[in-house]
Amino acid sequence: MTSKQDFSPATLLAVYTLALRIHLVDERFRGLLRSGRLAAVYYSPRGQEILAAAMGVHLNARDYLVTTYRGIHDQLAKGIPLRSLFAEYYGKATGACKGKGGAMHITHPASGVMVTTGVVGSGLPIANGLAWASQLKGEDRVTLCCFGDGASNIGAFHEALNLAALWKLPVIFLCQNNGYGECTPYGKATASARISDRAAAYGPNMRGVTVDGNDPEAMWTASAAAVARARSGEGPTLLEAKTFRFMGHYFGDPGAYIPKAEYDAALAKDPMPATRAAVLASGVSEAELEDLKKQIEADIDDALQFALDSPVPDLDEINRDIYADPTGAPA
Amino acid sequence: MNAPTAATTATKTISFTEAYSRALHDAMEMDPRVIMLGEDIADEEGGGVFKVTKGLSTKFGSRVRTTPISEQAIVGAAVGAALAGLRPVAEIMLMNFITVPMDQIVNHAAKLRFMSGGQTHVPITIRTRTGAGAGTAGQHSDMLEAWFAHVAGMKVVIPSSPADAYGLLLGCIFDEDPCLFIEDAMTRTQTGPEPEKGRIIPLGQANVAREGTDVTVIGYGRPLRDTLVIAEKLAAEGISVEVLDLRTVSPLDTDSILKSVAKTQRAVVVHEAPRSFGAGAEVAARIQEHLYSELKAPVLRVASRDVTVPFAKVLEQEYLYKPSAIEASIRQTLNGKGRR
Ligand SMILES: Cc1ncc(C[n+]2csc(CCOP(=O)(O)OP(=O)(O)O)c2C)c(N)n1
Repeated sequence: MTSKQDFSPATLLAVYTLALRIHLVDERFRGLLRSGRLAAVYYSPRGQEILAAAMGVHLNARDYLVTTYRGIHDQLAKGIPLRSLFAEYYGKATGACKGKGGAMHITHPASGVMVTTGVVGSGLPIANGLAWASQLKGEDRVTLCCFGDGASNIGAFHEALNLAALWKLPVIFLCQNNGYGECTPYGKATASARISDRAAAYGPNMRGVTVDGNDPEAMWTASAAAVARARSGEGPTLLEAKTFRFMGHYFGDPGAYIPKAEYDAALAKDPMPATRAAVLASGVSEAELEDLKKQIEADIDDALQFALDSPVPDLDEINRDIYADPTGAPA
Repeated sequence: MNAPTAATTATKTISFTEAYSRALHDAMEMDPRVIMLGEDIADEEGGGVFKVTKGLSTKFGSRVRTTPISEQAIVGAAVGAALAGLRPVAEIMLMNFITVPMDQIVNHAAKLRFMSGGQTHVPITIRTRTGAGAGTAGQHSDMLEAWFAHVAGMKVVIPSSPADAYGLLLGCIFDEDPCLFIEDAMTRTQTGPEPEKGRIIPLGQANVAREGTDVTVIGYGRPLRDTLVIAEKLAAEGISVEVLDLRTVSPLDTDSILKSVAKTQRAVVVHEAPRSFGAGAEVAARIQEHLYSELKAPVLRVASRDVTVPFAKVLEQEYLYKPSAIEASIRQTLNGKGRR
């Protein structure tokens, strides 16, 4: 666990390594979709790599994650194996969910990925339950719940924050504020200036913080505080990470509703090249970063090949996992 | 009305409310993973508006928690805690309020086992209460069991006697799947023979509440109690009615339904919920699919009207299924072709 150290060059490299893994996986998926070698709905996390990685380095496999359809960066930051992930996107029997959940419903408890939901805002109440269980059992697990700025306007958000604060649950609500909910900009959907301002409504047990999610050090530091707070039983944090979504809402969305000036300004502050430059400045060589990239690419090649070579699910899978008792399946 | 108590060795009787309470108490005693949450359920808040959870928080401490009025938060927390290995029992005060946490129930509790490929599952019990007859009208009386039976992965239970209520509630709590347990507001003080402590009734199994040979009445919950009284009356006329208590609306025990109807060759389906698109339609369809050529009469349905539950007493009674209609339907199936 890195949370007690300062933001050292080694920590920066750890964050960048995880972010690069996310970045390269995302790039691969977009390439596969563009070339027609994968057919799936896809919500790119492009632009949100650093915030996920800077949180991810503080968590271990016993911690829980609840995320959304745009959650591949969160799942990777949580350590989901690439093979399970790729095979699930391909709807294969070897996928994390045997091809029955798909891109929007990834589950992988072995790495702590407990729920991925396609219903905006619905993960927050579930995250509370996971955190409540840890509290009752006296375990020091942290539950991380990721969602977008748009989700913060759904009723479940407010119900969940109120309950988490009342019960002092070990949960982190990580709002990834990328400025848009589908095609609607933040200002047209959200009355509060900052999402984190809403924490104040839930009393002293709820801490609200806004951070530049594209700044690895700021995000790492804010994450460390939220994780430490949750682990020590001090209560929940509403952590708003400001970021930008470069690839539109879904794969294929050209994002025509985003003003060009806004897009260009965001691109000029793209966190991936900026963080890479910081890593180089900290003393890591180009060659080392190239090696790192090659190693990750090799892992991705392996995962993709595994997915392609894997069988599709047996048709009998449709009768399984409906109820615990397979004979309970409807005729 | 009280159903006649079947011949039994039990001497003591208990009410439905006592049965629910006992089941919750015994479940918490039997298994430390059982936890409870809902509005006003702890003793400081009076042990639940219907007193079903009375005494539990005093005995089991933080395992029983009063919540804010936040139905999505209640069911969501139950789902999450179940994913983490606990056995939460959530109380949704009245069934109409279940419209609020529908997303948590339908999209998450019911589907996570399937969507995760069996890696996770959600063994929660949602207890709720409903039923027309008390003048609570449109937003406090609906029987919505068919909505949930329509979603793969959910189990839906409605007991018709206190002993069954006890055994079936334990069945829900210790079942590995998400269960909706529906308590009938109008029968809560009615009594029946005491259940055997710790006896779990497995879900998905119907019960022959009364054996008969001329016609099968299939149902669950309150109308089943009426049916038993009617069956007794008709027996005096030489009409032998078999009464099949589904106990579990979903999964439906098709085998027991077919076995009984194959014997009697006539069937009447009863429920309190409105008639159209109700569970009775599903039961009737299954009988027809499997036993078409063996039936001596069409399968009839008795249910409540397809309207919003009205307030005025006369209208409310007009809305509700009528015991007299159960009797009339039984006679109608027998008056058809070839009464044996
Ligand atoms: C309850 C619900 N309403 C609407 C949708 C359709 N929808 C999918 S994504 C989305 C936008 C969500 O925006 P935000 O929460 O900011 O997350 P982001 O996509 O930016 O990560 C909407 C409206 C949905 N999936 N669920």
